[in-house]
Amino acid sequence: MSTATSARPQVRTGLSAARRAQNMMMGGLILLATLLVVAPLILIFVYLIREGIDAVNLDFFTKIPAPEGETGGGLLNAILGSLYMLAMSSVFGVLVGIAGGIFLAEYPRHPLMPSIRLVSDVLAGIPAIVMGLVAYGLIVLNFGFSGFAGAVALGFLMIPIVVRTTEEVLKLVPQAVREAGLSLGLPQWLVTLRIVLPAAAGGIITGVMLALARVAGEAAPLLFTAFGNPNVNLDPSKPMSALPLEIYRGATSAYDENQRMAKAGALLLIVLIFVTSLLARRFSRKV
Amino acid sequence: MNPLLQAKDVNIFYGDKQAVQNVDLDVHTGTVNALIGPSGCGKTTFLRAINRMHDLTPGARVTGQILLDGEDIYAPGVDPVAMRRRVGMVFQKPNPFPTMSVFDNVVAGLKLAGMRNRDQLMAVAERSLRGAALWEEVKERLNTPATGLSGGQQQRLCIARALAVDPEILLMDEPTSALDPSSTAKIEELMTELKKVTTIIIVTHNMHQAARVSDTTSFFLVGDLVEHGPTDRLFQSPRDERTEAYVTGRFG
Amino acid sequence: MSDPARRLPTRASMSSGSDRVFQYLILALASVIVLVFVVSLYLLGVDSWPALRQFGVDFFTTRTWNPVSGTFGAAAMITGTLVTSFVALIISVPLAIASALFVAEYAPRWLANPVGYLIELLAAIPSVVYGLWALFVIAPVLSRWEQGYFASPEKIAIYTACKNIWDQDRTTLQCFFVPSAFDGRGLALAIIILTVMILPYTASVARDVIRLVPADQREAMYALGATKWEVISRAILPYARAGIMGGVILALGRALGETLAVAMVIGDSQDIIKSIFGGASTMASVIANQFGDAQETLHRSSVVTLGFILFFVSVAVNLLARVIIQRLTPKGVK
Repeated sequence: MSTATSARPQVRTGLSAARRAQNMMMGGLILLATLLVVAPLILIFVYLIREGIDAVNLDFFTKIPAPEGETGGGLLNAILGSLYMLAMSSVFGVLVGIAGGIFLAEYPRHPLMPSIRLVSDVLAGIPAIVMGLVAYGLIVLNFGFSGFAGAVALGFLMIPIVVRTTEEVLKLVPQAVREAGLSLGLPQWLVTLRIVLPAAAGGIITGVMLALARVAGEAAPLLFTAFGNPNVNLDPSKPMSALPLEIYRGATSAYDENQRMAKAGALLLIVLIFVTSLLARRFSRKV
Repeated sequence: MNPLLQAKDVNIFYGDKQAVQNVDLDVHTGTVNALIGPSGCGKTTFLRAINRMHDLTPGARVTGQILLDGEDIYAPGVDPVAMRRRVGMVFQKPNPFPTMSVFDNVVAGLKLAGMRNRDQLMAVAERSLRGAALWEEVKERLNTPATGLSGGQQQRLCIARALAVDPEILLMDEPTSALDPSSTAKIEELMTELKKVTTIIIVTHNMHQAARVSDTTSFFLVGDLVEHGPTDRLFQSPRDERTEAYVTGRFG
Repeated sequence: MSDPARRLPTRASMSSGSDRVFQYLILALASVIVLVFVVSLYLLGVDSWPALRQFGVDFFTTRTWNPVSGTFGAAAMITGTLVTSFVALIISVPLAIASALFVAEYAPRWLANPVGYLIELLAAIPSVVYGLWALFVIAPVLSRWEQGYFASPEKIAIYTACKNIWDQDRTTLQCFFVPSAFDGRGLALAIIILTVMILPYTASVARDVIRLVPADQREAMYALGATKWEVISRAILPYARAGIMGGVILALGRALGETLAVAMVIGDSQDIIKSIFGGASTMASVIANQFGDAQETLHRSSVVTLGFILFFVSVAVNLLARVIIQRLTPKGVK
């Protein structure tokens, strides 16, 4: 290392053509790969709109499926069944999920905290179809196929999602807020219910909406729990249909009309899911 | 003798907000130059303009000229990647590459430039580590993870990493702000040695450090270069009353 | 957490009593999570027992799956699950990381947010919709190509030769890439759709961890005179590798358990895999396709055992992810 300016490279020289080319090429490949990743989403959406939009009419929302081989009909049974089961599963999934989230966030020193967090994380990774088998063994074996069994399976799937988001948003509530509540002489449980939970409400609602959007599309756990029903049924002890179930049956059916209904159902389902997750994001941004 | 680095009417903007205005500054070869001033005065912003780090920040803009050896580094056609190789940088917190060994950290810049010969790399690594006064401490553990070193050692490793590519200028952005007093003292000592092989521009929050290590000092305040001069003169008889207020500890 | 010093003395007794009640209530509800896990384990275990007792280790190592004779060995589905998942993973990981790099490093903000959002929506599309699309859109494309094998005499010759080999339950490297079915359904289609489905999991995790790489790591590499790609490959990706691996393993978990889309397109065959275009099955696809029809106890129990295996595998994958993340996370930057 001799004195300063001797044999040092000048400003305009230095970078080899190979390195420059590699840099350009990798940038190009990354752009290309991103287009490849996003393409299926656009292709699926365009396909469903093109093939399914015709079938989304008044009949679609007000009639039950036409008998095999006939045209017309709708998916009223599936739409109502999905809504009914989602409502039932939320009662269970949201209650347990939020309680779990509160436990993990507000009682971090409780000796059971690490194991409950671990189990919740592990539960999140268990395939939905396995949860369907569990609900089958738990309910269907004893009481037969029913909307309730389907709702239980969906509820199992919701729990870990709601737990995780609730815990995350509760942890974002500053400690000072809790201390302020405690210093007013409020017991901790009132601080949690009256101050911490309301402060995190937006985030928790987002989590619940995302969980609903996620399980609303599940058909696998319903195959042998809710089972499906060609008629409108609002009795939770009887088999019930759901949008994803009708899509599955229709898509694997040999009849054109059933396939058409499946495409229309798929369009409705992904529009609902997209709108829900869009709303959920808006919600969390505002709060 | 021509200055090694000349800033001419440099203005720096973040979006619509101007962070540095109309700075003219000369830096001579083989000197240590301190940039001082209260937080947010633009000293770090100015330092980062010297190796075109602002190119990486969306919305940041630099106008004016910065001449390195008489060539404007912001002139069209200058490749910032090639240009940065001539300007080393040491950051506020030690930032070795955590997945690399001590050795790989030191020679990271040389490997970028295509040097593959192990003996050659070893020779430069030793010279750079000696230059950063770290060789004796790490010569036995060159292949262990860099993150196993202490904070002060990590910062000297970062200095060695910058020295390995033989930079004309070494930019130091508050290099001791995250270190304990004894590590700080080691690095200050080192700077006197380093100016034999390179030229240093150091941003510091600590006026005493500036007084101890630098040959010239520039005082920045809200984006203006208020005063620039030999360090002794600037601290003992500041010409601007704002400089005087700052160096006598009345604000900042 | 009943720390009396933090409360007003007059309320102390009352509040610690009510606090305890509330804590027990919350704990009881949170324990339902553990209960769900334990009940799942128990029910799956009990229902798997007949098959496991009957076949023992053979269940995992033999590939005869015959409801008529009542012989069940899951080797074919286990292989099918591993092959589809790992091949899909190998294809999807580079694409996912590339898209994460685009969003986090290349795209300007006005573009990065929408693209990131689109990738998240990809994860929100239900499995059954992917299956429908694969069946109606990709399968016909594959099918047309496969039928091309009947268009030229040389190709028919190749096909006939391979058919002879396949009939002896064997295959060769060349025959592995000769179509054995002509409706587009099969292993290849399952891999394609699985690749698309697991992309967003790796991509969104990778994007998040890449964004968390400290700025001074990037700048240190830039300051040494690195190009953008060199900064990415030598500073950003190594620093983010633990988190990215976590995302990859998350995607692997999804792939192993992915059910309906695969069940709809894989061709539901429990034969040995002879051609990438032929039918196959995965553990999840067999559960979906057969559980409803399984009448005999042994058949039903064997299907549940597949679910039991999936249960264990997903628990193991989750634990593995933790270990890997812990091992690879950069530590000790002072």
